[in-house]
Amino acid sequence: MISLALPRREFLKAGGAMVIGFSMRGTPLAQEPAAVHARAAVPGPPDQKLIDTWIAIHADNTATAYLGYAELGQGASTALLQIAAEELDLAMSQISSVRLDTHVTPNQGATVASAAIERGGPQIRAAAAEARQALLTLASRRLGVPADQLAVSNGIVSVAGDVSRAVKYGDLLGDQPFAIAMTGTAPQKMPSQYRIVGARHPRLDLPDKMTGRYTYVQQVRLPGMLHARVVRPLGQGAYADGARIASLDESSIANIPGVRVVRRRDFLAVVSANEWDAVRGARQLKVTWDMPASLAGTAGLFDQMRSARTTDSVIAEKGDAAAALGRATHVVQATYRGPYQGHMPFGPNCAVADVTPGGTTVMCSTQGVYGTRDKVAKVLGVAATNVRVQYFEGAGTFGRSCYDDAAQAAALVSKEVGAPVRVQFSRADEHGWDNFGPAHLADVKAGVDASGRIVAYEYDGWQHVWSTVETSEQLALGTPANESPDGTSRNLNKVTLGSMYDIPNLRLNNHRVPGISGYLKASNLRSPLDVSFAFASEQALDELAHMAGIDPVEFRRRNMSDPRWLAVLDAVANAAQWTPRTNAAARTRGTIVTGRGVGLGTHMTSYGAAIADVRVNRSTGAVVATHMYGAIDAGLVVNPAAVENQISGQLVQAASRLLKEEVTFSRTNVTSLDWNSYPILRFAEAPAVTTIVLQHVDQKSTGAGEEIMAAASAAIANAFFDATGARLREYPFTPARVKAVLA
Amino acid sequence: MAVTLTVNGRPQTVAAAPDTPLLYVLANDLALNGPRFGCGLAQCGSCSVLVDGIETRSCVTPLARVEGKRVTTLEGLAGYYATAARLEKAPELHPLQQAVIDEQAAQCGYCYNGMIVKGAELLSRTLQPTDAQIRTAMNGHLCRCGTYPRILAAIQRAAVMMKEARR
Repeated sequence: MISLALPRREFLKAGGAMVIGFSMRGTPLAQEPAAVHARAAVPGPPDQKLIDTWIAIHADNTATAYLGYAELGQGASTALLQIAAEELDLAMSQISSVRLDTHVTPNQGATVASAAIERGGPQIRAAAAEARQALLTLASRRLGVPADQLAVSNGIVSVAGDVSRAVKYGDLLGDQPFAIAMTGTAPQKMPSQYRIVGARHPRLDLPDKMTGRYTYVQQVRLPGMLHARVVRPLGQGAYADGARIASLDESSIANIPGVRVVRRRDFLAVVSANEWDAVRGARQLKVTWDMPASLAGTAGLFDQMRSARTTDSVIAEKGDAAAALGRATHVVQATYRGPYQGHMPFGPNCAVADVTPGGTTVMCSTQGVYGTRDKVAKVLGVAATNVRVQYFEGAGTFGRSCYDDAAQAAALVSKEVGAPVRVQFSRADEHGWDNFGPAHLADVKAGVDASGRIVAYEYDGWQHVWSTVETSEQLALGTPANESPDGTSRNLNKVTLGSMYDIPNLRLNNHRVPGISGYLKASNLRSPLDVSFAFASEQALDELAHMAGIDPVEFRRRNMSDPRWLAVLDAVANAAQWTPRTNAAARTRGTIVTGRGVGLGTHMTSYGAAIADVRVNRSTGAVVATHMYGAIDAGLVVNPAAVENQISGQLVQAASRLLKEEVTFSRTNVTSLDWNSYPILRFAEAPAVTTIVLQHVDQKSTGAGEEIMAAASAAIANAFFDATGARLREYPFTPARVKAVLA
Repeated sequence: MAVTLTVNGRPQTVAAAPDTPLLYVLANDLALNGPRFGCGLAQCGSCSVLVDGIETRSCVTPLARVEGKRVTTLEGLAGYYATAARLEKAPELHPLQQAVIDEQAAQCGYCYNGMIVKGAELLSRTLQPTDAQIRTAMNGHLCRCGTYPRILAAIQRAAVMMKEARR
């Protein structure tokens, strides 16, 4: 191990002229508002049974809501305040939130599974109702009128029928704690009383993001901060193998003054006061790696999965699928393949850490500050309460990209050099060392009877689960690679796989592939695995509709009885002005052909339906989604404008994943390391979009951030068939694959 | 080494190696949050700035190459527009900045530096761009959140706003 023994001051001097530049910006810590500072004295999480954990009332008659869910660009920070303002009878301009922070904000769990509104909404609603009840009790005493004769508007409590007798929230409690526990009995508004919840509200985070006033994690600068880059092989190998340094020549960067190498076992980084010097150092450092050829390579992946020693389980079973298949009028039996795909946040992950003997502060774009705290504490060998993690938004992450890896890397380097350190991943680090969304292999057998009823459905699916050890920890500590247990989002999804249809005989066979040796690192990627599930399931059912000579929308309608599934299907079909189509195979003449398809699906909750129009060039193999329609029923939609944006983004991202995206790898390592080798959908090929939000104020809110990925992907695949008469059962729909299937 | 350039209308002398990519100078020496690191390869457009009015990828542009030139970042776009359009007073926001807010276009917003800078360059030359012209001009700017349709709508909205302003 090469450690930097220089004290902080000496090191900065060695770093050169850039040091002066660092003091140009204040530290975010120094800008802490009073609503944060008083609470930050002790490590969290704060006690969720106390109103003060959630809500503070200020003397100027404003409020702070302490939220545990992160703004990821999905609009959660606006919608959660809508809920709080609604229950508190405040205007939106009177309430704000603070940065997520393990010393300040409650631990509501990570911002995953589209749960910010579904799970976080009821929590903040309950807390705000408790706060309102407590404030009314105080007002009742102050005004000498029973609480049930009081009304509240914009934080002013007045006697019903006599607005002259009034008191402001701020005067009742101004900046003093409630100091009472939640009762669990505070009355909440009826949905019919909502005026802020359910209304379109502009996103609070957007103006600063559009002007350069917003501080993304990549833009955090602390006084005395050093810039670091990790040095790793170009593209990960098999997860279990990590990466081993075979040889390192530190003199290879001797010509760049002020750049130091930090090494701990196989964790390698360069650090400098000057960012460009750190970049140059990372590129120039001579290091050779042992990279065993233990991957199957992209071409061998699916054979490897099929022949793996799997752990098998039955996820759902109804009736006798095998027997029913034997009696069906038409049967489809086909194999479908979905690739590894990446999160690939648009700004590669970045984290800033300041490790001091008195404690550690980490700034990171994590989806869960408390989870990151544990991971950073582990690599530092300290108690979690010794670490404070603050959330700074990064670029859209869509699941667990390398944010914890970056946080650990920053902490490791900061500890070694004794200064605040910013680790910025390169594009190749991000593309090459992501926790990819796992590949999926499916065998589907399904059958219909003579009347077009689905009578049998059997789905066999192979995939591995999620990697749990971050790369920085694996390399620095030698922690062996490990996987998550089975579970939701890692097994076959019984919601997306057939649950919307009334299928009497159904069986889902889950084949868990051991993913530690011979596979890539993996984790949850937006709507985990659902794109692959719906790609297989909804294509198979579409094939049955075609065999039975029934229009695909009518076929689905005929096989469903759940009114909410029927409603999203009807909504999207109406929006797209769907007309019956049964003659796909006949429309295959000409070089350029067009088609449209439909798909249903969701993640764990909500209801999603999509229709896609595609254009296929039979000669070049180019497939373009020209128009996508998406309808979501997510129960009570708090901010319909935000959900429309989520639908729109998912339709486009689904087109990208279906048509463009695939992680490629050789026997030794990942080879898709930038936007050329891992293309995503571009502006010129972006579809027009039509979004439909079905509002159900009387239903509980469910997720909307990933619940139409599955339906949208399936719709594109089915539209391709409609256009060409050919089924493409492996995505992405690259020109080579398209030309091969049309040949 | 000291290099002199004009950033958002203000002369700046920067002590940095001449091969330093402009992005690092803007972010570290001049504390500007508009241009953002996305790839360092000129593939994505998140670092875009205007150099003498031309959209340029600051992540691959050495500092020496902008010596004596006028660099405009997201922060200076409203002033740049006001000068070009000979407005008496610079608006707080470039019309395209206002339009992307009006359209509620962004999600994470990280790519919007480049989207706005490139869109502003397009609108400075093509007053009423067609759908196809927008798609072609913007094709070198990627968005991971999939907000292309809304950026397109925002550019069209900004074109209308700028037409009104010229009256």
